[in-house]
Amino acid sequence: MPTIVVDVMPKAELLDPQGKAVTGAFERLGHTQFSAVRIGKRFELTVDGEVTEEVLASARKIAEEMLSNSVIEDVVGVEVVE
Amino acid sequence: MAPRIGVITFPGSLDDRDAQRAVRIAGAEAVPLWHGDHDLQGVDAIVLPGGFSYGDYLRAGAIAALAPIMSEVKDAAGKGMPVLGICNGFQMLVEAHLLPGGLIRNANQQFIRRDQRLIVENADTAWTSGFSKGQEIIVPLKNGDGGYIADAETLQRINGEGLVAFRYAGVNPNGSLDDIAGLTNEAGNVVGLMPHPEHAVEEGFGPNTSAAMRSGIDGLTFFTSAIRSLLGAAA
Repeated sequence: MPTIVVDVMPKAELLDPQGKAVTGAFERLGHTQFSAVRIGKRFELTVDGEVTEEVLASARKIAEEMLSNSVIEDVVGVEVVE
Repeated sequence: MAPRIGVITFPGSLDDRDAQRAVRIAGAEAVPLWHGDHDLQGVDAIVLPGGFSYGDYLRAGAIAALAPIMSEVKDAAGKGMPVLGICNGFQMLVEAHLLPGGLIRNANQQFIRRDQRLIVENADTAWTSGFSKGQEIIVPLKNGDGGYIADAETLQRINGEGLVAFRYAGVNPNGSLDDIAGLTNEAGNVVGLMPHPEHAVEEGFGPNTSAAMRSGIDGLTFFTSAIRSLLGAAA
C-alpha cells in the first residue's frame, strides 16, 4: 500500500531541548565531529488506494493544520513512498 | 443563584476533580463536562483542567484541541464566555488558536514541580479581576512542556497589548520567553496559564508561603473573580 511520509521539524530559530540533550551525550561519548542534533517527527500515512493529487492535497493540509503547529514547527517534507 | 462553571474531562485529565473542588470552594456550582459530547449543559463558564490529555501525543494539548466539545468551547469563547485553561488546558487553548504562541519542552528537559511566584500583569480579565496589577502571588507549578514561545512579532503584540496575564517572578523555571506564565485574549474572557491555581484554594493544602507552610490560597481569586464577573454580567 502506498505511504505518504510527512516530516516535521522544530523551527530552526527555536531552542530544541531534546536535540540539545542528545548533543550533550555525543560530546560525552567523544563524537566531536557532530556539532548539533535536532529532533523532529516522521509520520507515515498509509493510503487506502491510489495516491491522487486530491489525496496528496489532503495530506499536505493535515500536515500543516494538525501534524504540525506552525508556531513552533515547520513541515519539511510531504512525500509518497512505494 | 450560584453560577455554574463547567470542568471538561478529557482522557488523561488529572486535575479535573481539583478544579471542580476549587469551583465549589469559591462558591459556584461545578458541572462535570465530557470531551466527547457536543453539550456545554448551559454552563456560565468553562475550565480546561491540567493533566496529559491523550497522553500528550502529537503535541501537548493538540489532540484535545480537536475533541468534539472544543467546537462548542470555541463558539462560547467567541461569544465572551469566561474560559480558563490550566497547564494542559493552556496548551489546548494555544493549540485551538484561542490564545497565541506555543508551548514546548522545558528548557532544562525536566519535569518541574515548585511553588512558583508570579506577577499579575493584567488584572482586567474575567479570571484576574480580584487581583491588582503588579501583585505577586504564589501558585504551584508542575509541568514538563511549559516553555512559552512565540515569534518576535507576536511577542511584541502580546506585550504591547497587555495580553500577558502573568509572568514568572524570581525564577523562570522553564525557559519561557519574556518570563511569560499566562496569557489572556483581547476580550479578557479567555485566560490560560501553566501554574495551577486550583491547587491553591484552601489553607492546609496550598503552596508554602512566607506566612506558613501550605497556607497559600492565591488561586482562589481566579475562581472568585470569574464568579463576580458572571454575577456582575447578570445584574
